[in-house]
Amino acid sequence: MIEIRDLKKTYRVGEVDVHALRGVNLSVAKGEFLSVVGPSGSGKSTLFHILGGLAPATSGSAKIDGRDLASMTDAERTDLRKAKVGFVFQKYNLLPTLSAADNIEIARDIAGKNGERDPQTDAQFEQILDLLGIKTRLHHKPRALSGGEQQRVAIARALVNSPALLLADEPTGNLDTENSTAVLTLLRDLNVRLGQTILMITHNPEAAAYGHRTVRMLDGRVVE
Amino acid sequence: MIHRLIVENLKHRPVRTLLSAVAIGVQVTMILTLVGVSNGVLGDIAERSRGTGADVMVRPPGSSVLAFSGNMPQGVVGLVGKQPHVALATGTLVQSIGNFDSITGINLNEFNAMSGGLHYINGGPFTGPDDLIVDDTYANPHHLKSGDTLDLGLKWRVSGVVESGKLSHMFAPIESLQDKYSAREKVSMVYVKLDDRANTEAVMTALKARLEDYKIFSVDEFVSLISVDSIPILKRFTNVVIGLAVIVGFLVVFLSMYTAVLERTREIGILKALGASPGYIMSILLRETLVLAVAGAIAGILMSYGTRWIMKVFVPTMPMLIVYSWWPWAVIIALSGSLIGAIYPGLKASRQDAIEALAYD
Repeated sequence: MIEIRDLKKTYRVGEVDVHALRGVNLSVAKGEFLSVVGPSGSGKSTLFHILGGLAPATSGSAKIDGRDLASMTDAERTDLRKAKVGFVFQKYNLLPTLSAADNIEIARDIAGKNGERDPQTDAQFEQILDLLGIKTRLHHKPRALSGGEQQRVAIARALVNSPALLLADEPTGNLDTENSTAVLTLLRDLNVRLGQTILMITHNPEAAAYGHRTVRMLDGRVVE
Repeated sequence: MIHRLIVENLKHRPVRTLLSAVAIGVQVTMILTLVGVSNGVLGDIAERSRGTGADVMVRPPGSSVLAFSGNMPQGVVGLVGKQPHVALATGTLVQSIGNFDSITGINLNEFNAMSGGLHYINGGPFTGPDDLIVDDTYANPHHLKSGDTLDLGLKWRVSGVVESGKLSHMFAPIESLQDKYSAREKVSMVYVKLDDRANTEAVMTALKARLEDYKIFSVDEFVSLISVDSIPILKRFTNVVIGLAVIVGFLVVFLSMYTAVLERTREIGILKALGASPGYIMSILLRETLVLAVAGAIAGILMSYGTRWIMKVFVPTMPMLIVYSWWPWAVIIALSGSLIGAIYPGLKASRQDAIEALAYD
């Protein structure tokens, strides 16, 4: 599913080169729930951005379903974000002017799937909404939703286009313990019931334990 | 879906949306008011020229269609009057008194004979050298009636109020006006009534031979010349106002959209993370601008009815028409300025780095 070989990323900050990734090697199987832990500055977010097609790598390769992100143009990475990857962020990142339902719908619109309705996909998404327990809250705007509800809407949005990979960056970072547990349980359920491949970045070892496997990053490398 | 996002974005900042639309509307109103006043005033001049009952007009050498203040010797009136087929020739003197107003000096008996007579609403003809006849267009907003004194730099007594539509809004005895404004033996225009309109061409040919360099028009020809296109300065002024309107629209939308893009940096990052292409982001900004511009154009058209009312109440001698044929142009001009103004903010938004945008607080 994901094959990362000697992936490097160097940022230019002012006149200083910052080596965010120094040769990451990692494999993630289809249907796997992988947790990535590590201290701040270890390169977790950079890896997240490259796998999500938000930033290009400096060298090395990162393949999702056999397609190498390193050789992709900006437009191809944009298409990757539409079809292959779904994001869940720490700060939920819902559009504040739209209702929860419209926040989900706009992801479908951007992917160009607004007009086409596949009954099987719709049924699966209905199952996801049931699982997330937000059906009665879909017509509210984000400001009227709790943090936990907003994050569940963000998960629904990330999954509406049936992505191959769900990338979650500190999904419980802004939530209290109860909501954190609920969101992590949901992610595990989605993985178990739907076979959704998930890569989750977290600081929290307890959260990381929800995954099948945990890898640790340090100074731009996967160390264990 | 994208339309809902645009509507929700506009609703999210209602004051900014309203002010932007009104500001775009003001430029539309500016254009429609200028065009409306130009057409209204020129139409009024044409109507009042026809109201003289004349068939031919003689104007001084070097004068232009709307320059009424150029003068010529009064002797020209007598010369014109002696031409074959001329039933009556009468000279008038136009004296500007500021604020776009002027007094026209006439020989009242000759003018009555030519035009069929002034129709008095109250009062009557001149009885002395300081008498003034005003039409109802001027009298009504100034609350004038016969017997009132009117200070126009010089003091006049209103001897009568007449129905509008003939030559001028204000009439004075021509000799008196010549004396008061140091224009003795001078006239601005000679109006000529023919024994038969069929002789118009023949008389004009004869007059052109006798009065070389003088401007000689049939009234029909003169009326046809009274248009914005035949008055270069008015055309240039209209173009200047259109240029200003485009710049105002550009600046309004530029500032509004630039602010919106800065404010929505994070939202733009979210859309990019969801896979929105630069074109998708750009189209949101452009469509939002389009909605603002159309709303502004409609507001501008409605406000032009307001300016027409204001003109009617405060400057009644400058009638304003609603020129429907200019509505599409005003809308196109508003759209052009607005869309140009949205290009840079749109490009800025579409080129926004998704990671930086998502980190924006």
